Amino acid sequence: MSTDFIAPTSGTTKLEDKLDSLGIDVHACYQCGRCSSGCPVADFFDLSVMEVVRLASYGMEEKLLHSRTIWLCAACETCASRCPNDIEIAALMDVLRELTLRKGISPAEERVPVFHQSFLDSIRNWGRAYEIGMIGAYKIRSKDFLGDMKLGMNMFFKGKLSLMPHSIKGKPEIRQIFSGKGKEYER
Amino acid sequence: MKLSYYPGCSLQGTALDYDKSVREICGALDIELVEIADWNCCGASSAHMTNREIGMRLPIRNLLLNQEAGLDILVPCAACFQRLKAADLALREHSDFWDVPRYQPEFRIVHISSFLASDEIISRIGDSIVRGLGDLSIACYYGCLSLRHPKITGAVNYEVPDTLEAIVRTLGGQPVKWSHRTECCSGSLTMARPDIARKLVQDIHTAAKKAGATAFVTDCPMCQANVESRQLDTVGEESMPVFFATELIAAALSGEYPQKQRKVHLIAPDVLASVFSGEAAREETS
Repeated sequence: MSTDFIAPTSGTTKLEDKLDSLGIDVHACYQCGRCSSGCPVADFFDLSVMEVVRLASYGMEEKLLHSRTIWLCAACETCASRCPNDIEIAALMDVLRELTLRKGISPAEERVPVFHQSFLDSIRNWGRAYEIGMIGAYKIRSKDFLGDMKLGMNMFFKGKLSLMPHSIKGKPEIRQIFSGKGKEYER
Repeated sequence: MKLSYYPGCSLQGTALDYDKSVREICGALDIELVEIADWNCCGASSAHMTNREIGMRLPIRNLLLNQEAGLDILVPCAACFQRLKAADLALREHSDFWDVPRYQPEFRIVHISSFLASDEIISRIGDSIVRGLGDLSIACYYGCLSLRHPKITGAVNYEVPDTLEAIVRTLGGQPVKWSHRTECCSGSLTMARPDIARKLVQDIHTAAKKAGATAFVTDCPMCQANVESRQLDTVGEESMPVFFATELIAAALSGEYPQKQRKVHLIAPDVLASVFSGEAAREETS
């Protein structure tokens, strides 16, 4: 991270209100660094985990929503499990990712949300994850045509990838979930 | 004993053999599994990481499907387990928020290793072993989601778990002491950022190797696929196979490790195969 001051010169309380409603108390952070030291992906981050927490308490959304960190977080929950002040840091990362997408901000780490979207599309279509369809959609959208080609073929020939999707009867319910049930309350 | 069963999507695809071994050992241990009819994907990491509503409502549907039967739900996949537990917690706290008028279930959501390592089941396993693991040195690898966040999973020993070690010891194997049992392998990133997965898996492999392990055992289908495939990219010939706990139990209970099962691994499982063929050879000559 740069040596810029991260003083609260700007920021809104909207993020704070959202975090409050979910019981995520970022103000409880005293910057001990347990979250950052235990994070398995920290070497690849642009903001460390403890910086994310502090920036959130300053309401500095812009910096957070444009960071690579929020996309490279693997949701392993090590940080939150070890936080001495019980801050739900992994849940904070969820909020930041969702906010980035809702605001239409282009994700700093493009391929990760493309993967998530491809995975979710296959659930929306079939009710269950359909690996080959998901991989195909991901490859087309990410333009990552060659990556893991050999691995994919290897898994296919070992019978680990089913050719046909597993479709469920309750697809109308699944579509309803994806069409935004709950959103009517803007939550 | 009768349980509801939620296999999850991985067990119909990349971890199809995991599903087979779960059903096989439950059959052998007199545990009846009733698959939840028309279950849907739990959304795994992708849903809750990008959309809270979808991430909660997908697993909620499965819990509601189980209400009528009311049996405890056995869940082999760590990610499914964590998502079903998270949904269960959310419904217990505030079911109305999720448009569920009444939620007071009698059933529990049970992760496979805790279940298999429970006193009753592990003694059934111990009593039914046909052929042991012959002191095979094994690194028990838990990964993340069956343990963390403990508020969701209810795991007591989430930093120092012991269920896989208990299973391996019962089967006659030697669990090694090592450092990376609960480290993340970045399964959710493996497709978009294979470079990160390679580094994490290489670290995990190095730690297990140093401790003297010749194989891994896990209960997570994403870890199994990721740790096997990303070793191939990095440590090559030093790669160690990753077994499912139920795969080892199935071998010990049946006394054989079938050729068909050997072939599903990306890394040749010779260490386990030789334990069984060695025993067979000795028996034949005696």
